[in-house]
Amino acid sequence: MSAKGNGLMGWIDARFPLTKMVEEHLSKYYAPKNFNFWYFFGSLALLVLVIQIVSGIFLTMFYKPDGELAFASVEYIMRDVDWGWLIRYIHSTGASAFFVVVYLHMFRAMIYGSYQKPRELIWLFGMFIFLALMAEAFMGYLLPWGQMSYWGAQVIISLFGAIPVVGDELTLWIRGDYVISDATLNRFFALHVVAVPIVLLMLVVMHIIALHEVGSNNPDGIDIKKNKNEEGVPVDGIPFHPYYTVKDIVGVVVFLALFSVVVFFMPEMNGYFLEYANFVPANPFKTPEHIAPVWYFTPFYAILRAVPDKLLGVIAMFAAIIVLFVLPWLDRGKVRSIRYRSSAFKWLLVMFVISFIGLGYLGALPATEGRTLFARIFTIGYFGYFIGLWFISKNENTKPVPERVTS
Amino acid sequence: MKKSFIALIGLVLPVSVWAAGGGPIYPDDKITIDWDDKASMQRGAQLFVNYCLSCHSAGYARYNRVGKDLGIADELMSENLIFTTDKYGEKTKVGSLMKTTMTTEYAEAAFGTVPPDLSLIARSRGTHWLYNYLRGFYIDESRPMGVNNGVFPAVGMPHVLVELEGMKRAVKEMQDDGHGGEQEVIVGFEQVTEGSMTSKEFDQAMKDLVAFLDYLAEPYKQTRKNVGTGVLIFLFFFGILAYLLKKEYWKDVH
Repeated sequence: MSAKGNGLMGWIDARFPLTKMVEEHLSKYYAPKNFNFWYFFGSLALLVLVIQIVSGIFLTMFYKPDGELAFASVEYIMRDVDWGWLIRYIHSTGASAFFVVVYLHMFRAMIYGSYQKPRELIWLFGMFIFLALMAEAFMGYLLPWGQMSYWGAQVIISLFGAIPVVGDELTLWIRGDYVISDATLNRFFALHVVAVPIVLLMLVVMHIIALHEVGSNNPDGIDIKKNKNEEGVPVDGIPFHPYYTVKDIVGVVVFLALFSVVVFFMPEMNGYFLEYANFVPANPFKTPEHIAPVWYFTPFYAILRAVPDKLLGVIAMFAAIIVLFVLPWLDRGKVRSIRYRSSAFKWLLVMFVISFIGLGYLGALPATEGRTLFARIFTIGYFGYFIGLWFISKNENTKPVPERVTS
Repeated sequence: MKKSFIALIGLVLPVSVWAAGGGPIYPDDKITIDWDDKASMQRGAQLFVNYCLSCHSAGYARYNRVGKDLGIADELMSENLIFTTDKYGEKTKVGSLMKTTMTTEYAEAAFGTVPPDLSLIARSRGTHWLYNYLRGFYIDESRPMGVNNGVFPAVGMPHVLVELEGMKRAVKEMQDDGHGGEQEVIVGFEQVTEGSMTSKEFDQAMKDLVAFLDYLAEPYKQTRKNVGTGVLIFLFFFGILAYLLKKEYWKDVH
């Protein structure tokens, strides 16, 4: 395929840069040849996005965004729509799967320094994707209109009330009513199916364009563009297509197998993906015994609860997300990959992982005195990573980085 | 690293959000549902329409779907299991949703609250809870209905199945509550009046009823698992092909 070709491709290429785009992003996009396990999650995130959009479109055909009808319409989908249960479970499992792959994708960036110069913008676009995804998931969770949908939204929206002066007005503006109501459901539906998906898609395109501009990082954290052959091709690079397309298909199959195990055999995932209380229709007059957000929000929810003051708790919770945005500038290290970084870095990262998982675990449970103590320790561990990283990365005792990628 | 990660997942997952909250319950017996035992579910359906549907709805389920799934023909269903009428006084059609004819006004006046819809009760409460709740009624003159429940204290529901089970008295004991204090817990039941069933027969009947409720909460559960098995088998073979393709392409990468 040449840009000056004849036939249909030539006709199109004279009018639209199809061949040029395919080459730039696939057949002549040179990716490092040493991608490992952690490099599956970018393409998997894209796959889950497509799964969510397609299953979401079908759900929208039968769902009714109405306080009186919403819950029943979901059960109608589950029982009376052909294969409706499958579409719904795919969508509900997809929401959790999205966070699984995105968290692993972000963790990959942290261990191999993929956010470091010159990839700061890729990381920032990624963080905005993460924010949009959280908004998308939060609004989507209201739609089934179960008890946990209702009271979870009530708790989260009331957090904005902690903001001084404008707090109450702000929560009123978000809800469109004095309580979560039909008005809230309708606007969340609009945002969930139209507004946020558009933003998400735009951000994903920008994320990928920025990535393909600077090139992919790799587990060694080496710049493969420094070492090119006479044709200008990086010696450690291989064309994304066909090499990584065929490799990613293997990753996709493994992912789909795990995804199917949840969809077909444990769609509730022990109450973590679909909470039991959400099989009871929303009732504004009856607060559930224990309100827990879905698992992917629990680390941040645990931070919120760990701080005794409501406003400070809200600030800490948002700070936990904002601090990730500035990660490229907090890390002052010159070496990217964990393979060649100091043991201080490794211990900090271990502390971060334990804190994050610990917070996620505690956030799903009712708070007790002992648990709150642990949540506080883990909160310090979470923020401690970023503070510690800023200090240790200045004059870090790193190992020598090889010239070429290792296999 | 990978092993410890898997271990961490294992640590987190078994803790169900469900398990949170609630004191000791009595009775606390285990139940396993056999989805292949359609006869048990049919008997459960019969109990359900006779004893539950007068006050509770199963407003997301349809009679004929239940019939189709449990092997009950439409005519049989209509003759033996449909006792309600529509607003014109005609017998409820077999394709209708399983709704009670009790109005919300009447329910509120009689019970103080509308009896919850039971379509999804097995998913929100779980079969273990239901099985013990249904067997947990005992005499308590201080309650408006004259009965209380060992699983759901101060429940508003009367002992609907008293003609089957008879009436029981709770044997209570003071026990350590684990926080330095004492609490009164039920340790057993004593039969006061006999019902038409023996205690063993009643347990079996409640197993049938819970099996039906479990079916009712997710009628497509078995289809779901069957389709899933097929999907996994397909993915297994597709995965082998995908792996061989990858290997073939990658053999010239060093």
